[in-house]
Amino acid sequence: MRRQIHRAPIAVATALLLGVFATACSTEDPTDGGTGSDETTESSESPDASESPTEEVEWFDQAVYDEQFDQRSATFEGDSETPYLQYIDGEMTDTSEFKSDGAKKACFANASISNPWRQTGWITMNQQLKALQDDGVISEMETRDAGDDDNTQIADIDYFISEGNCDAFIISPNSTAAMTDAVERACETGKPVVVFDRGVQTDCATSFIHPIGGFAWGIDTAEFLIDNLEEGDKVVALRILPGVDVLEQRWAGAEKLFEENGIEAVDYFTGADPTEIKKIVTDELAKGDVQGIWMDAGDGAVAAIEAFEDAGADYPVMTGEDEMTFLRKWEETGLTGLAPVYSNFQWRTPLLALEKIFAGEEVPKEWVLPQTPITEDERADFLEANDGMPDGHYAKFGGEDLPGYPEVWQERQIP
Amino acid sequence: MSAATSTPSGSATAGRTLPLSEGSLLQRLLRGAITPGGAVFILLAVLFVAVVWVNPSFGEPPQLIRFIGRTAPIAIAAMGQYYVIVSGEFDLSMGAVIATQVVIAGNYIGQDESRVLPALALMLLIGAAVGVVNGLATTLLRVPSFIVTLGTMLALGGLVRYLTGGAATGNPVDSFRQIGRGGIEDVPVLDVLPYPVIILAVVAVASVLLMRSPFGRTLIAAGDNPDAAGLAGAHVWWVKTRAFMLSSLSATVAGILLVGYAGVHPSVGSGYEFQAITAVVLGGVVLGGGRGWVLSAAAGAFALELLFSFLNFQEVESTWRPTVQGLIIILAVAAGARAWSYGRRPSRTAESAPPAAPAASPTPARPGTETGEN
Repeated sequence: MRRQIHRAPIAVATALLLGVFATACSTEDPTDGGTGSDETTESSESPDASESPTEEVEWFDQAVYDEQFDQRSATFEGDSETPYLQYIDGEMTDTSEFKSDGAKKACFANASISNPWRQTGWITMNQQLKALQDDGVISEMETRDAGDDDNTQIADIDYFISEGNCDAFIISPNSTAAMTDAVERACETGKPVVVFDRGVQTDCATSFIHPIGGFAWGIDTAEFLIDNLEEGDKVVALRILPGVDVLEQRWAGAEKLFEENGIEAVDYFTGADPTEIKKIVTDELAKGDVQGIWMDAGDGAVAAIEAFEDAGADYPVMTGEDEMTFLRKWEETGLTGLAPVYSNFQWRTPLLALEKIFAGEEVPKEWVLPQTPITEDERADFLEANDGMPDGHYAKFGGEDLPGYPEVWQERQIP
Repeated sequence: MSAATSTPSGSATAGRTLPLSEGSLLQRLLRGAITPGGAVFILLAVLFVAVVWVNPSFGEPPQLIRFIGRTAPIAIAAMGQYYVIVSGEFDLSMGAVIATQVVIAGNYIGQDESRVLPALALMLLIGAAVGVVNGLATTLLRVPSFIVTLGTMLALGGLVRYLTGGAATGNPVDSFRQIGRGGIEDVPVLDVLPYPVIILAVVAVASVLLMRSPFGRTLIAAGDNPDAAGLAGAHVWWVKTRAFMLSSLSATVAGILLVGYAGVHPSVGSGYEFQAITAVVLGGVVLGGGRGWVLSAAAGAFALELLFSFLNFQEVESTWRPTVQGLIIILAVAAGARAWSYGRRPSRTAESAPPAAPAASPTPARPGTETGEN
């Protein structure tokens, strides 16, 4: 991740170490260099991702796009008070074979907790664990953190399989293709396997839990900007890094809509570094008016807004995320905004899924959770509900009824 | 405009210290410009013209002063890196020091106004301490500085991860952030004079004075030939340790400015060490030590930032932007190296000015007049 952040060092390193290669590259189509190496992590949630309709937007997948477009307005089963248990009606997995009494040991292979979204979810998951331990459903959860590394996570999963003494596996894959084999090995043990957040290219898991997805994010945000801007307006898109499917799909969806609606959009990779974000926005403002800001994650939103303040420019129409830092700045500035959500409460669902599985209740094969952006009208409620939470907290974390609320989240007691 | 102001500042240094300072100002200016330390100012001017060409509003004073303000942290870091490089070492811990300071500012100050001053003292203390560790391990333990500072980089990086879990914490109180974000309002022409510009100017003047002091001369001597410097009576270990302290303190100042400019995030500052080294090399300072101007290092930083802004204005595709940057940097350094070989020739003939030699420390005339070259 660090590598993407800093342009100069990469530049120097690439240039010095791979001088010849770099020269060769420079004559090629730019998109080749950027996405070629990420071919392997291509879209998880789309087994049929092989068809790339356009040459420019390789992450775009019309079928998945259409599916997620519809899912945004789909009816979710279950109580909207407990969104982390809601799902879109579809194929269910029969879990009667797993039905058994007694507390079970869960083994969790986590990709990382290296961003505030994952940290918030990780805190929530641990409080959910405490609740289930008190209920006698789960005895313990052994967790291995792969630190954003595919190889580490494969080793973690293999360790769990051979020595973990696990009753069930929870896997939050670091990347899509690389983790597929390891997940299949976990499935072969015959124990329940729950995959959540990013997907893998196999449907062997008992349940795959995720919010609607990246395209839905892209559609929600782009439609909001298009509605609030004029044709020909300029939108600066701030993206964290290339090559991660959930992030690429957000941009692929938004970019398509911007193009179709005559919005001029230019995208940058920022590594979520606020210094980069502020410089980029400042330069764009120096060049001409910017009417909109689009982000593929809210981390660093404040720096973008501050660039407008420091340049004395009018606030943009902006889409951030449900991170508190953005919600607060949004309210403070009164800008026209939308907070898209990549439902953080999904971190509760895997353990609750295990509870159902060991009770022999059927669970959705693909458990699609609701993913509803926070609008300006709802903002005040979420700010009030999350009063006292730190800036890196996510408003739709969904853990209000868990033990330790709110201190554990306020203190960010990361286990 | 910055070209107009920066070229004289470079040439002023050149004019002041060039031993063969005969000839008109113009001749001396030209002579300075074809040295590597001077060539960077030409590069700066070219890039500036290119940026203004692409985006004319960039040349307006309010825009320009803001650009200088936001470049101040990297320019200050580059000057800090200069001390270490000119003494023949590397400091790779710079980015990690910045990140540490940024996180300390966020965690320790928080929203408590009364902690601003203690925090500043604490940060400077930590900065100095990191420099002492780097310096002593390099000089007394004789571990190559590349490895020592790589070690401190990792150690501090781990500390930052521990303190933050790898993600942003809240920003410190606004009054602290004003150092890097605010400025003196209602200045004629400029509109606003950002505090970072003032801090940069103070650091630049102090650096020039420092390099003209006995410490500065000894530093360059120690970088050029540590054995000779030691035989001449210099405490090389202490001189180099102080260079590391200056580097870490510069990183601390850069960190304080960056907290104000952008806010707290563990990714702030990472990569700064390489950016600073690139800036120093662009400024014609010789890796391995003993040669180069401190202001050229700062100019190198400005050239780098201008290049980034140029690419922003050109809307170079985000995916292959690093490639473009890399190629331009190689070309610029190659051009600088060319200037080197041109710059050397006149200085060979300058041998006849021995009395001027001691005054010549941080100048391009040194190749001819001091050790190492002949």
